[in-house]
This record gives sequence, C-alpha cells and structure tokens, in this order.
Amino acid sequence: MDHLLSQEQQTLIKAHIQAHQHVPGGLMPLLHAIQDDIGYVPEIIYPDISKALALSVAEVHGVVSFYHHFRTHPIGKHVLQICRAESCQAMGSEKLETELKSRLGVDYHQTTQDGKVTLLPVYCLGNCGCSPAVMLNDEVYGRMNSEKVSELIAEVCHG
Amino acid sequence: MVKVYVPIDSTALSLGAERTAKAIVAEAQARGIDIQLIRNGSRGLFWLEPLVEVELAEGRVAFGPVQPKDVASLFDANFINALSDSAKGHPLYLGLTEELAWLKTQQRLTFTRVGITDPVSLEDYLAHDGYKGLKNALALSGADIVKAVTDSGLRGRGGAAFPTGIKWNTVLNAPAEQKYVVCNADEGDSGTYSDRMIMEDDPFVLIEGMTIAGIAVGATQGYIYLRSEYPHALKTLNEAIRRANIAGYLGENIQGSGKTFHLEVRRAAGAYVCGEETSLLESLEGKRGLVRFKPPLPAIEGLFGKPTIVNNVISLATVPIILDKGAQYYADYGMGRSRGTLPIQLAGNLKQTGLVELAFGATLRELLYDYGGGSASGKPIRAVQVGGPLGAYLPESQFDTPLDYEEFGKIWAVLGHGGIVAFDETADMAKMARYAFEFCAIESCGKCTPCRIGSTRGVEVMDKIVAGKNHPQNVQLLRDLSDTMLNGSLCALGGMTPYPVLSALNHFPEDFGLSNKEAAA
Repeated sequence: MDHLLSQEQQTLIKAHIQAHQHVPGGLMPLLHAIQDDIGYVPEIIYPDISKALALSVAEVHGVVSFYHHFRTHPIGKHVLQICRAESCQAMGSEKLETELKSRLGVDYHQTTQDGKVTLLPVYCLGNCGCSPAVMLNDEVYGRMNSEKVSELIAEVCHG
Repeated sequence: MVKVYVPIDSTALSLGAERTAKAIVAEAQARGIDIQLIRNGSRGLFWLEPLVEVELAEGRVAFGPVQPKDVASLFDANFINALSDSAKGHPLYLGLTEELAWLKTQQRLTFTRVGITDPVSLEDYLAHDGYKGLKNALALSGADIVKAVTDSGLRGRGGAAFPTGIKWNTVLNAPAEQKYVVCNADEGDSGTYSDRMIMEDDPFVLIEGMTIAGIAVGATQGYIYLRSEYPHALKTLNEAIRRANIAGYLGENIQGSGKTFHLEVRRAAGAYVCGEETSLLESLEGKRGLVRFKPPLPAIEGLFGKPTIVNNVISLATVPIILDKGAQYYADYGMGRSRGTLPIQLAGNLKQTGLVELAFGATLRELLYDYGGGSASGKPIRAVQVGGPLGAYLPESQFDTPLDYEEFGKIWAVLGHGGIVAFDETADMAKMARYAFEFCAIESCGKCTPCRIGSTRGVEVMDKIVAGKNHPQNVQLLRDLSDTMLNGSLCALGGMTPYPVLSALNHFPEDFGLSNKEAAA
C-alpha cells in the first residue's frame, strides 16, 4: 500500500476489503466504507481490491470513475453541495452558485485555500419544497441565500 | 405528561427543527414543565415547518412555523394547554392539525401514517394499523397476493406506470432457486421527495410492502437501493430494519409463518441513470451503472441473473394498505386506468409547497393554486415541469389537465413520479431546454450513442439558437436531434430528454427567438 496512507488508514482499508470480500455485489459497499472512513478512494489500493474481489484493476477503476460520489483524492474538511436541479433553479439557485463561488474563491470541485471547504454540485437533495437547498456535510438546509450559507460555513466549518 | 411533536424529517430539519426541538426541551426544563418530546415525520406542509404539535384529548393542535426564538412566547401563552384562550391567541396557533384544510381535503392512503407516528417506533406502527396487510398476506397463496395487487390497479409510481401486479406475476411464474425484491429508492428527479418522506417518516410501511412482495413471489432477499444524497433516510431505514428483525417481522420464520425475507439497504453513489431499473441492477451487482438491453426483462433475469421484482418506493409502500383494506378499496379511488392515489409533491416557485396525496383526477390548477397558493414570488406562474427532469414543461393553457397517466400522455407530457415544479415569469425556457441537455450529458451512462453524443450536440445547438446563429436551420436541427434521441435511445434518460426540450420550444417559442408561426413550421 501507498506510503502516503497512514498505518491506521491501511489497517482500516484492509479490514473493509476483508469484510466485503464475499458480499454479493460487494464492490459498491466496499468503496463507500473506504470513502466514509478516509474521505476518498486512493487509486493505490485498486490492486488490493481487485485481488480480493476477483476483478481486474480496470474494472475497479471503471466503477470508481463512473459514480459522481466517489473521488480518488483527499478533499477539504467539509463538503458543501449546492443543488443545481430545476426546482432550485426556479428559486434562484444560479445566483446562489455564482455568489458562493465568488465568496469562497473556488469553482465546483475545488477546495478553499484554507483546506476547509470543498464545493460540489449536486442534482437534487430531495428538499425541493424548500428551494434553493444546499447540503453541508450530511445536513440539508432549505430556503438558502448566500448570506445564510456563509453564516452556516462560519458556524460549522470555522466554529 | 403532555406529548409534544417536532418533526425529524429532512425538510423540517433543513428549516431548523433540530434547534426548535432543543429549545422546547430546554424551555420546558427551565420552567419545570413535564413534556414528552416525540420526533414524528412531517405532515408535509412545508411552509409551516418546523410544525410543532401538542397532543390533547381533542386531537393534536398545531403551531408553526416555530423557530427557537418563538419558543419562549409559546410557553408564555401556555401552548401546552393548546386549546386555551391564551394558546389560541398566539400568532403561530393553527388549530387542530386534522382540521387544516390542506390536510383535510387529501386522501392519504400510502401516506396514512406519515407525520403522525414516530418513524422508528414499531409499537406506534402497529398501533396505527401497521402489519395488518402482512397478516392478511400470510394467510393467502402467492398467486392470491399477486391477484390482489393486480386487481387494485396499482401502477409503477416511479414514473413508468407499468402495472405492478403484472410484473409480480412474471416473477411468481419464473421458476428459480433464488429470487429477489429490489426497491428503487434512487429518487433523483428534481421536484420529488415522496420516496424520501416514506423512508424517513414511515419506513416500516416500505419494509412491510417489500416483505409482502417477497412472500408473494417466493423471494427471500430484498435490497433497497438508496441514493447517497439521503443520509437521514439511510439511518432511519437501517434502524427500522434492525427493529423489524428483532421483532420477527424480517429474517427467518416471519411471525411464525415459516417464510423468510431478509432485507438490506445498499447505497447508490450519485448516478442519476441508476434510477433506470437495469442500470440499478448493474450497480447493485457492483458494476458501472450501464443500462442493459431488454429483453430479458428483470422479472425473468434480474439481479445476479435471477427473477427480480424492481419497484419504486411508493409502489411497494402502497402494497400494505391494498392487502389490508382490499384491492377494491384502493381501486375505488382514481379515474380511468389510473387507479388509487398519487402522492404529489409541490416544489419550486410556490407559496405552499409540500406533499399532497389525492386520488388521480385532480387538475394541475387545483394543485398549483388551491394547495400551492400560487407562486412564492407573487409573479404569475409561467411554466410547470411535471415528472422530473425528463418531464415536459406545461404552459398555463394546459393547467386544467387532470392528473392521470393517459390524460398527460395525450398532451405529450408525463406524470412521472408526481413531482410538480413551478416557475414564475422570470424563467427563461430556452435556458431550461439547454439545461435538460446538459443534465443528460452529465448523467448519460454512455452505452448508447443518441444519449451520449446527442446530449452534448444538444447543448451546442441550443447555444447557437440562443446566439441567433442560422436560426431556422438550427431549430430544425434541434428537432431532428430530438427525434433521434426519442427513437434511438436505450432508456428513458436519452429517450425523454426531448420532452423538456421540445415542450419548451413548442410552448415558449419566444424564448428561443421565434414567433409562434416559425416554431410551428
């Protein structure tokens, strides 16, 4: 395994691989488990996964790269997702995106300079009754504007 | 001890319900008042969330929307004695919840318990007619259960509207050692959240529906394929499944019947196309979510090549009431070939958004104005998208269309999963058409050319039309491209992207720089 992964991370990954080795269709739950714990799916572990699950490295890469949710590099401490879907557009999400990008000084898929917040687009959070919606880590927030989101970021990420 | 209800549904939480709940507990403690706080689901009146209810002998009394800053004044008004004159005088007093016109006029069958019970309390579920459907099902043969579902007229609520009973019957008659029940909980359509509400607010009804499906067709393993954007639903479902297992409602020998049904939640990973059933099955098998060719149908060769029921959350969550009250009871609601009720989700630019379950047949206008209260911005409603990102945009002249699968089909629109997104007059429909292509390009699985390439070409053509380049030729090209995608795509993603595009073009030609005459040509 990659020397960039800590001993603890390597142990965690190994345990997850072992636990999912014989689960039917176990690759997806395995990738989730790894990303939940260490924040991303390091490409360096593809050979270990492929060996344990009897897949080719190409197949593992294919699955990781197919799904928007999985990422292969570490990101910021917090993840802010802005909904870009129709209901939120009907309530001004485009303005919210533009303002937040400029306030944070990043575009989508980028992380703020202090490493605190990664900005991601999302297509529907199921909070369409209270558009525009954003998700900060695992919590959804409705009827947002850039001031309210900035307050949230200050409270959650810098508090 | 007085019971006080504060919802734990994501939408209520997104408006601060957690802080409201904490403030109520703290204030009660500070004043030495004994209350029992219950975290219920949402009643679905989102403009009033966080909606706080107090239980009295007369019924539950609602106050809302309650923010932490309102809590002290509620206690000052003695809101615990919710029908006292002082409580009634509070500006957030709404009266008996059941008497609120918005709720009283609904026909809640699938959502009968939503907002009323504590979602993860099995006792609460049983006390509100839960597991009566399963009890009846356990006394029936598989064929009779399937017959009840067929006779109810239930059609797939995910959007395709395929008769649920026919699908089940195919799986029932497919001989196999192992069969599966898969719940499609990859609710990715903008403007929809009814699946999420069922999973967060009444998870046992979905578990019961899947168990009945498993027993009916002889499937012993079920999977709920849940979108990764729903962390609260994941937590609630897992907790409900754990409790159902302990109480003998899942696992081996269910309620002493000798029947087995295991259930597991699997997380999706943010691919919209995995809401398509064959792509979903690929994903469940641990592969890229590429759409499969049909045939074979999933009912014959589904998950891991075995006969598989794939149904949407709402379809499965509707099965318990059909088995409880009978097929005819359910079929008595609705119009034409659209039987029963549809949980409609009001979204976008509306004053009063939320969940409205009604028998098929209500008009869009009733939903937008009587329930929705018109636009949130106060400007006229210009367009409405029904049925998610692949649904058509409807202009005001079509607002009297009844919600019915066939009636919508007649105006080249779809009901889909019952989501209604309203746009006011500031909406630029050419921009929305471009977005439909952009979304398709981002989410295409890449297997078929019309979708993979067509979506990108569509964005380019839209850019040229908006820029006014070779106008008539590019509009013609847009129509040709849409025709190719409609007829040549493997699944609904590429095949229905032309719905929002062409409906926007046909109903709002001025946004594309065309006169009505030019658009018709």
